[in-house]
Amino acid sequence: MSNPTSTEYEKYYVPEKSKMAIMATIGLILSIYGAASIMNDMTFGDPNETTSSWSVFLFGLFFFLATLFAWFRQAIKENIAGMNSAQLKKSYVLGMFWFIFSEVMFFFAFFGALFYVRTLVGPWLAGEGEGGRMNGILWEGFEYSWPMMQTPQEAVGGAAAQPIANNGSFTSAETSMDFSEVSHWYQWLPLWNTIILLTSSFTCHVAHMGILDGNKKKFNLWLGITVALGVIFLFVQFYEYYEAYAHFGLTLNSGIYGSTFFMLTGFHGFHVFMGMTMLAIQLMRSLKGHFTADDHFGFEASSWYWHFVDVVWVFLFLFVYIL
Amino acid sequence: MGDHHHGPAKGISRWLFTTNHKDIGTMYLWFSFAMFILGGFFAMVIRAELFQPGMQLVEPAFFNQMTTLHGLVMVFGAIMPSFVGLANWMIPMMIGAPDMALPRMNNWSFWILPPTFLLLASTLFMEGGAPAFGWTFYAPLSTTYAPPSVTFFIFSVHVLGLSSIMGSINIIATVMNMRAPGMTYMKMPLFVWTWLITAFLLVAVMPVLAGAVTMMLMDIHFGTSFFSAAGGGDPVLFQHVFWFFGHPEVYIIILPAFGVVSQIIPAFSRKPLFGYDSMVYATASIAFLSFIVWAHHMYTVGMPVAGELFFMYATMLIAVPTGVKVFNWISTMWRGAMTFETPMLFSLGFLVLFTIGGFTGLMLSIAPSDFQYHDSYFVVAHFHYVMVAGAVFSMTAAVYYWLPKWCGRMYNETMGKTHFWISFVGFNLTFFPQHFVGLAGMPRRIPDYALQFADFNMMSSIGAFIYGASQILFLYNVIATIVAGKPTSEEKVWDGAEGLEWTVPTPAPYHTFETPPKIDPAHAHS
Repeated sequence: MSNPTSTEYEKYYVPEKSKMAIMATIGLILSIYGAASIMNDMTFGDPNETTSSWSVFLFGLFFFLATLFAWFRQAIKENIAGMNSAQLKKSYVLGMFWFIFSEVMFFFAFFGALFYVRTLVGPWLAGEGEGGRMNGILWEGFEYSWPMMQTPQEAVGGAAAQPIANNGSFTSAETSMDFSEVSHWYQWLPLWNTIILLTSSFTCHVAHMGILDGNKKKFNLWLGITVALGVIFLFVQFYEYYEAYAHFGLTLNSGIYGSTFFMLTGFHGFHVFMGMTMLAIQLMRSLKGHFTADDHFGFEASSWYWHFVDVVWVFLFLFVYIL
Repeated sequence: MGDHHHGPAKGISRWLFTTNHKDIGTMYLWFSFAMFILGGFFAMVIRAELFQPGMQLVEPAFFNQMTTLHGLVMVFGAIMPSFVGLANWMIPMMIGAPDMALPRMNNWSFWILPPTFLLLASTLFMEGGAPAFGWTFYAPLSTTYAPPSVTFFIFSVHVLGLSSIMGSINIIATVMNMRAPGMTYMKMPLFVWTWLITAFLLVAVMPVLAGAVTMMLMDIHFGTSFFSAAGGGDPVLFQHVFWFFGHPEVYIIILPAFGVVSQIIPAFSRKPLFGYDSMVYATASIAFLSFIVWAHHMYTVGMPVAGELFFMYATMLIAVPTGVKVFNWISTMWRGAMTFETPMLFSLGFLVLFTIGGFTGLMLSIAPSDFQYHDSYFVVAHFHYVMVAGAVFSMTAAVYYWLPKWCGRMYNETMGKTHFWISFVGFNLTFFPQHFVGLAGMPRRIPDYALQFADFNMMSSIGAFIYGASQILFLYNVIATIVAGKPTSEEKVWDGAEGLEWTVPTPAPYHTFETPPKIDPAHAHS
């Protein structure tokens, strides 16, 4: 904003009234109530008793997603109608930036847990350092290595032999996701996924260059390739999970290695799914002729998100798979 | 788009569908007061049980549910939304903006709060009772040994986090993008500055809290072992993740309070704020330090000595910027033409009592001493001095200060001052003796206690009932002002007040600054 006087000030569009917030609230609250009920039925409930939890959850989720769809559609319509001043557009830019920052912090929590477990907890449980005094009392015989192929529980002879309260049984994996587990480099799925996702970040950038030049054909082509790479990534990830559960014995129950592996890659995969959906929507919008060389924020925001999930993957590849 | 020069819509749809920052601010403020009463009711149950030693009124399990819900409701339902409400009302008016940057999302941030707290409160009636593991919900109390209602608690926390993140993004976008031409960063009122920094803290740590409760959820229902040593995890990991959120959280609560007091003390001293620049830098320093001190909440869990020392020294450092602030507030008053209306009384109450809370915080920061104080009533006394006399007193001051601007009517000054003195006496009677019983070894979160603590506990309970009752006077005063207060139409309700909000008509019209105001470049910050 280059310091306009009040006469040349472009009006900031403040929408008057909107039902979106209330509708989104109804959908959100119903879906979390349903989700919590499903989990409680699963863990604490009577398996013979049928409940309505799933219907509440699915209805809420559908209501929520439908509201979000209507909400975004309205925002897009306002933009096409020329109601958004340059200043308002900057608000959307700031909103997206800080949203991505909050996502970074979410991953930070899980990476922090991983680092804490690997550098401090593991050695302590094995009797090293200042935290190691309990090893002889609780986890005698436990030796630490990463990936953790034997949980402390297994080291003392299983859940029944464990000297503290039993809060589940943790059976470690037979095979880890390490590079050393495969006989040829091309059998290692995470390497392929790294190549796929890095390439997709590049193709996304090429698409961006295309729209900046006003070359819509180029834009649509490269954006389409990016979405396709996202789908392939998710497919490979899904296959890797299948392998983990079916052949590696690596599950959510495999102690802290399984916990951190599935939570980090799982949340990342979910974010890839979100980013891919966002980009696919931008592709459809482009085919409908929404974008011009100087107005394509919907795509730009989605592409930032895509580069963000790409960067998270680089850290995942480094700290979950390689190191 | 239509005509922007209109008033509010009629009926309930005005509140349900609104995009107006003043409407949304009002809803936040009333909602937070309702939660303040609910959380206060839980506190009264706690103090009634502790009135005498021995089991008096409630079962120990229910007592635990009360302490848990009291903390959660006060932190997430009362204090945080009250300051968000204040931000909504005041930030656009203080920086000369027509509204918040993202008005529809603003309404959503508010409306997900009431049903979420309904869900949280409904856990009291669920099988196994409400969460009973304290507001800090340490694993394994909150995982292995938790009642089934913990799942609803977890999802509630997720949604509260979502609300806070959206609210904060809105505040950041508003402050960075919506300032009137000429309103440079270093001209912003300090309340805006403290909220900008608070919003940054919220966006940074709320996702970490979401991560913590997600790990709990997975441990409870899906067999992971983040907080279970048997699977190679660690219950102490929970405390690290929680306090990485939790320590910035306490500054999230107190920084806007600093901002409020920095507006009010200059107004009633009739002098500009002393050391404005250093106030800004001190706020930023406190925010930075808040990220590297979290483990001072966990000195007794068995951290390596190097860790204890690092967190101890880092924590002590916070006293420096905080000291700068207290020094500046006192210097602002120095040789000022001071008067003592209700907002000023609450601000001075804040200054004195918050400083006491700061000093007990300094005591607690010393790791070897903390081994003695940890989990005792000394800690309870400490954080109520900063939470109640800090955040709640300054919030009360803010309501008295800006209420005439909001509704165009003056509150009853005598009743306001009475409210202050009863609150002040009641508060100190409640919490000052808790320092003594805490130092003598009375543990927190226990429904019974040894006989030697009886007298101080009875004093504490009487004080709590007095402080609680004084809030009814507050509610009455506010409603009486809105309904039948003495009308005022002076733009500048307080003769010493500075800032753009005092240049618009009183009561503030539904829409303000649809075209940005002219900022006098020579004029210093307000």
